[in-house]
Amino acid sequence: MCGIVGLFIKNPKLESQLGALVAPMLSEMTERGPDSAGMAVYRDPNEAGCKVTVLAQDSEFDWENFEKSVHTNFSVDKFYVNQNHAVLSLSSSLDKVQDWLHDNWKDLSVTSAGSNIEIFKGKGNPADFIEQFDIKNMTGTHALGHTRMATESAITTEHSHPFSTGQDLCLVHNGSLSNHNRLRETLKRAGVQFKTDNDSEVAAGYLSWRLSEGDDLDEALNHAIEDLDGFYTFAIGTKDGFAVMRDPIGCKPAIMAETDDWAAMSSEYRAIATLPGAENARIWEPEPTQIYSWKRN
Amino acid sequence: MATIDLNKSTIRELNEKLQGGSSGDKFIVNNTVGKHALSVGLTEEVDVEINGHVGYYCAGMNQEASIKINGNAGPGLAENMMSGEVRVTGNASQYAAATAHGGLLVIEGDASSRCGISMKGVNIVVGGNIGHMSAFMAQSGSLVVCGDAGDALGDSIYETKIYVRGKVKSLGTDCVEKDMKKEHKEELAKLLDKAQMNYAVDEFKRYGSARKLYNFDIDQVDEY
Repeated sequence: MCGIVGLFIKNPKLESQLGALVAPMLSEMTERGPDSAGMAVYRDPNEAGCKVTVLAQDSEFDWENFEKSVHTNFSVDKFYVNQNHAVLSLSSSLDKVQDWLHDNWKDLSVTSAGSNIEIFKGKGNPADFIEQFDIKNMTGTHALGHTRMATESAITTEHSHPFSTGQDLCLVHNGSLSNHNRLRETLKRAGVQFKTDNDSEVAAGYLSWRLSEGDDLDEALNHAIEDLDGFYTFAIGTKDGFAVMRDPIGCKPAIMAETDDWAAMSSEYRAIATLPGAENARIWEPEPTQIYSWKRN
Repeated sequence: MATIDLNKSTIRELNEKLQGGSSGDKFIVNNTVGKHALSVGLTEEVDVEINGHVGYYCAGMNQEASIKINGNAGPGLAENMMSGEVRVTGNASQYAAATAHGGLLVIEGDASSRCGISMKGVNIVVGGNIGHMSAFMAQSGSLVVCGDAGDALGDSIYETKIYVRGKVKSLGTDCVEKDMKKEHKEELAKLLDKAQMNYAVDEFKRYGSARKLYNFDIDQVDEY
């Protein structure tokens, strides 16, 4: 069992309250996933350069030294540390930044890359995660969150969702995949790299691979229906919005709701009930294998 | 008439109060916000009106009580109901009335997948559509659908009777269309009346078991 929440702001006036709106949703999904939590937030675009979130496994990691090094090597638009994560908004190409991180900072792993996305995740109770990362004060256009109840691989920060699946893309998953071991080997041969033995990371890797082969998101998800065996509700964050898809027999729950101000998805209605105007929202259950997406115009 | 506010009472307090009710008592429940396991395990002829959307397993194991939900219901509505009546004015999520032995479940909106899975005597009336794999291995009772039915309706069905007014996307294994005989029309008319659904009996088709899975077929020995 896991919990998924997604919130897409339609009324720009609410963008300043994104974190305040999505934090109670995530908190409400604690019982579905009490062992770790994560959140992808889309905000402060850096279209000219790139934005990267990095994670340090070592709690003693020297962020000051790292920040100095970032300033020495790049023109920095924004740099900030949030717990054991740091967000770098730089005026360089993404490839250059990723190569530099790879060559010089082996202790850091990249949780997200693109122009808008920031991904934070951590072990422990979702309430602690919300508190520590100050989720309530985050602004932005949309966010995806996940609470994890591990069923098939270890509980670590790196095993937590969301998983990055490409530039400004991320995946959260409720369910379990049964063919992930074999698929991981196939994807490795195609050049996809994995950090963990987690099944959801394989789904993320699969989508990254399909997108790199030229699929658009809908095509990649339609291929996923063919190639992924198991149960899933996926929510995929994109630069402009997010998409939701359930497995062919609709085994895992999902509920969607929309008002003039926002569109939301969750594993259960009680997460959506925390939103203003939820009682009068249009509410429906997504059909299996149908892709539902919201996009900023 | 007692009103219970779930902003003030816990779910356990609510259920204890409802379970402690005597025949004829009336209860109103407010501020449900999708909470789970509301109004479960009732055994007396009490009347419960729930205002708002409810989460998993509302009205589970109901006996005798009459429960009305003014909103939508999450997965497992009226699971294993034994008797009484449960009505939801909105939609119901997956496996409504799963394994239910008796009573009447009325869903005024749509029901999701696996509605009436393994039903064992309950009657279900759905005002709208039902999702895929509904009435899977359904054993007895009747399922009335005033809208359309999804894929694999009545797969591996036993003796449940299914009445569908709209289209059936596909029938499951061993489920076939059957004649509407006089006794079926009478039963359907009664159920529609009880559920307050205003449709003509002649608009419905009946589906049930071809009974080909009841006995082992020697021609299929190679399958094992």
